Amino acid sequence: MKNFEFFEPTTLPEASRLFAQEHAQLLAGGTDLVIGMKANTETPQTVISLQKIPGLDGISTDANNNVTIGAMTKVREVELSEDIQKYHTALAEGALEIGSIQIRNLATIGGNIAHASPAADTVAGLLVADAQVDIASADGGHTVPINELFTGPGQTVLKQGEIITQFRLPNPASGSHYIKHKIREVMDLAFIGVASAVNLENGAITDAKIGLAAVAPTPIRATEAENLLKGKEITPELIEQVGEAAAAATSPISDLRCSAEHRREMVNVLTKRTLQRALDRANK
Amino acid sequence: MTKHPVNLKVNGDEHDLLIEPRKTLLAVLRDTIGLTGTKEGCSTGDCGACTVIVDGKAVTSCMVLGVTASGKEITTIEGLASGGELHPIQQAFIDTGGYQCGFCTPGFIMASKALVDENPNRTEEEFRFALGGNICRCTGYTKILEAVLQAAEEIRTNS
Ligand SMILES: Cc1cc2nc3c(=O)[nH]c(=O)nc-3n(C[C@@H](O)[C@@H](O)[C@H](O)COP(=O)(O)OP(=O)(O)OC[C@H]3O[C@@H](n4cnc5c(N)ncnc54)[C@H](O)[C@@H]3O)c2cc1C
Ligand code: FES
Ligand code: FES
Repeated sequence: MKNFEFFEPTTLPEASRLFAQEHAQLLAGGTDLVIGMKANTETPQTVISLQKIPGLDGISTDANNNVTIGAMTKVREVELSEDIQKYHTALAEGALEIGSIQIRNLATIGGNIAHASPAADTVAGLLVADAQVDIASADGGHTVPINELFTGPGQTVLKQGEIITQFRLPNPASGSHYIKHKIREVMDLAFIGVASAVNLENGAITDAKIGLAAVAPTPIRATEAENLLKGKEITPELIEQVGEAAAAATSPISDLRCSAEHRREMVNVLTKRTLQRALDRANK
Repeated sequence: MTKHPVNLKVNGDEHDLLIEPRKTLLAVLRDTIGLTGTKEGCSTGDCGACTVIVDGKAVTSCMVLGVTASGKEITTIEGLASGGELHPIQQAFIDTGGYQCGFCTPGFIMASKALVDENPNRTEEEFRFALGGNICRCTGYTKILEAVLQAAEEIRTNS
């Protein structure tokens, strides 16, 4: 690993100021950054740890069941949180899919999102939760909806000096579900990730969201598929149509791990499967 | 590059050290402090051989910067036995033959210790899933799982 200067600021403004320098990189849990530095794919001259800044971790729920997750919250905490299991099941299921317990005890949700891997396992769950991403910078801060955060593989709208502070999840779902399509049961990257979330009133769907990972240059929502569902009663034909519309929304690549055709077909299959499970959960 | 003063509490002993920020916790434990029980397998997070317990949580020490472990309680395989007695998990690995070359064993034992401390009531399936981050190229895992289940049972009955 190349040498670097190391800082452990205790306030956000100080961290933003340090991070605004060229060749500076943030350290959260280190599971992407330190591995990248060992491989020399990351060669920062300055590393700024977020670990000593108070208030960046933890999960809280307000009276309307709106959940807020600090950026430095460990993925293992997300997976074990009763409120996230209840209101955003797909996100808890996604967190559980990451690496091993030893990795999840280090990895943060902020790092999983900021690293912007198209296959990140928390991203589909955050997409269907309509997460609002709060960002701090030297000149204050702003909020970006999660579906506008990503601009390409490994790329986000975050500028040098900008730090994600928290994710706000305003809409608890009546039911949701995430499936990671993979080969090994643990320690595997997603071929694709699919999350569905629904809200029901008197048997009709008032809101439906479908989040897709690793099927396009950025994680995406399948909005046309979602619109087919709104206000409708569920029929097997409708679910078929939704699966096809979700697959049509993708632009997957072929790589060593599987072909574009396989990815697209699996989006169809797994959208139907996650939607059915989300509906079953909502009806319970 | 600036070296940083750190205070590491390893198996109850305090170490005041001056280290380069690029040194991983694994490297500090092995090369600076001389505790070579913790192993380096892949160095990429995939094998679990470097597992140690930091503030009660099992982590892969090959991706933790040593400077960030300052002030934390670290337990390594060398810290498990007490008063000349092996920890029940260590004893169980011997009783069942849960090791061959032994390279993965410290990592398996530290990961298992964190699991049984957290909840010794896991099923076999749950232990198997929870140990998915540890790789063994020798045993085929059957004996390792037997060891963990035996230790978990012993810890349940003694608590
Ligand atoms: C063996 C192994 C297996 C894995 N398996 C999976 C898997 O199955 N699924 C999966 O999704 N991921 C997997 N990962 C990757 C996963 O651990 C990371 O994506 C992790 O969540 C990143 O978080 P971190 O805290 O470790 O980030 P770090 O490595 O500390 O940081 C990563 C990047 O994010 C930026 N960053 C971090 N926090 C912030 C913030 N608050 N604001 C702005 N930028 C920030 C940093 O600048 C840095 O560039 C695996 C990793 C390993 C080593
Ligand atoms: S050496 Fe750390 S996980 Fe393999
Ligand atoms: S006993 Fe040899 S690697 Fe497990």
